[in-house]
Amino acid sequence: MFFLKRLLLLIPLLLVISFLAFILMRLAPGGPFDSDRAPASPEIERAIRAKYRLDEPVLKQYAHYLGDLAKGDLGLSTKYRNHTVNDIIVSALPVSMTLGGLAFFFALVLGIPWGVVMAVQRGQWGDYFWGLLSLLAACIPALVIGPILVLSLAVKAGWFPVALWESPLHVVLPTLTLGLLFAGKVARLVRESTTTTLQSEFITAARAKGLSESEILIKHALRLALLPVVSFSAPMLADLLTGSFVVETIFQIPGLGVFFVNSSLNRDYPLLMGLVLLYAGMLLFLNLLADLLLAKLDPRVKYE
Amino acid sequence: MRFRRNKPAVISLCFLAALILLVVLWPWVAPYSWETISDAQFQPPSAKHWFGTDVHGRDLLTRVIFGARVSLLVGVVGAGVAFVIGVAWGAVSGYVGGRIDGMMMRFVDVLYSLPSIIFVIVLLTTLKEGATKWLTSTLGAKAAAQAPMLLLFAGLGAVSWLTMARIVRGQVLALRSRAFVDASRSLGASHARIIWRHILPNVWGIVIVYLTLTVPSVILYESFLSYLGLGIQPPMASWGSLVAEGAGQLNPIRIYWWLVVFPSAMLVTTLLALNFLGDGLRDAFDPKGQI
Repeated sequence: MFFLKRLLLLIPLLLVISFLAFILMRLAPGGPFDSDRAPASPEIERAIRAKYRLDEPVLKQYAHYLGDLAKGDLGLSTKYRNHTVNDIIVSALPVSMTLGGLAFFFALVLGIPWGVVMAVQRGQWGDYFWGLLSLLAACIPALVIGPILVLSLAVKAGWFPVALWESPLHVVLPTLTLGLLFAGKVARLVRESTTTTLQSEFITAARAKGLSESEILIKHALRLALLPVVSFSAPMLADLLTGSFVVETIFQIPGLGVFFVNSSLNRDYPLLMGLVLLYAGMLLFLNLLADLLLAKLDPRVKYE
Repeated sequence: MRFRRNKPAVISLCFLAALILLVVLWPWVAPYSWETISDAQFQPPSAKHWFGTDVHGRDLLTRVIFGARVSLLVGVVGAGVAFVIGVAWGAVSGYVGGRIDGMMMRFVDVLYSLPSIIFVIVLLTTLKEGATKWLTSTLGAKAAAQAPMLLLFAGLGAVSWLTMARIVRGQVLALRSRAFVDASRSLGASHARIIWRHILPNVWGIVIVYLTLTVPSVILYESFLSYLGLGIQPPMASWGSLVAEGAGQLNPIRIYWWLVVFPSAMLVTTLLALNFLGDGLRDAFDPKGQI
């Protein structure tokens, strides 16, 4: 019941977001056809503007947009001529979702044990060593890790292909590049929350009961320590699934991230609107899932 | 004091102070200027150029220290905005609760769902002329040249406080119904006093930890924007843009490792120091801590 109510609440929220995005984009100076060569005659220019309804008042354009949206039509891209926004999303989203999903999985599988190890050894050399590594992972941008991985593992060692998106082997390096950054962040977060949890009273009680440290960690502490990871995971997953500009550029992957950046730089209004709605919808939905998962993990959290 | 007994935190504080001092004093002691181009291109590190030189023969050490200025400023501004707006917004929202809480948090949700790159582009392009004019008339042409950078700070600040507001609100919501808050209320304490004396001290720990995470993410975001050509423009430098420049020079034939290693090392060392500092402050401010 609670879930349904929150799910319905997403619709007005998405409407507000789409309206704001629509207005914000048109506040930025410049238009979609600025970088084109000047058209042969004013008539042609007028015809192009009319085709994309750019000659109407902004509010009327927005009303039209909503009408098309209700029919599931996101419109025509102004930059990639003759491609509908639906086509672009349908062709690029699966690629981004595969890469993002793998990177997310990699980040959690690596990051959670990493953080727990640091928390258990807090203040000792192990903590500093792994802490340094986790910071390196969280702080070195993909711009640097990507080329280094390509040079060492693809060009020198020849284990993996340098770029493109074809066989399962092509997936490895982009996943590592994208996942390491988030693995480092997850590790820092888990270290913090596990440390806090291990200091709480019910852990002292469990110790007094005579449980071994590993039992305390797995049966009692981990469950609570993962709460912040759940909250953090929702926006992280939304980010990952909608593509990463840098990784897609380095590895020449046909994903959504490149469209995201280019459509804002090119003022490709219909494409950008479609992507904003996709991202916002995914983010809000994942946040909702995270809230539900939190209530499952932590018996103290209750929703009415 | 608890903080002084935490060795890594004290060392980190000294390191950060030394770094800031170095950045401020460097223009007077530097043998090279950050924008002087020379014929000595791609020199590996030597006694003359400790960090080597870049594609235009500029001294990398000087550029790294010069770049610290932008990166540290960006980090401080982002963290400052996150701290002031984020804590205030989250504390009020969580403490007041009810309908106002719902509205304030939906506002955060909406801002959060709009990709931040749109904000930054709109801010940078719409306000550029206005800001330049205003700065020219009030502070002169020299200040007006800094207008794009100020707008960059504003854009980064505008997106950096959202997560902080969420985190603080969650904590305050849990603290609001605790017995010690009820006790204080029944003794007639004002809302301001309850927030300030009883709720916020319990929140500082997570706020500080999150701030030390905000600084690196803002610094990295700046480097991403520079990579897109929206942030710091050459010949200016920031750590992010230097790292990106170095990464752009990576190729299988000749490896100019110093172009990547030194800027990254400075970035990572600083972020490491910030993390140790945050850890130390967290322990020092924790009302439950014993030692």
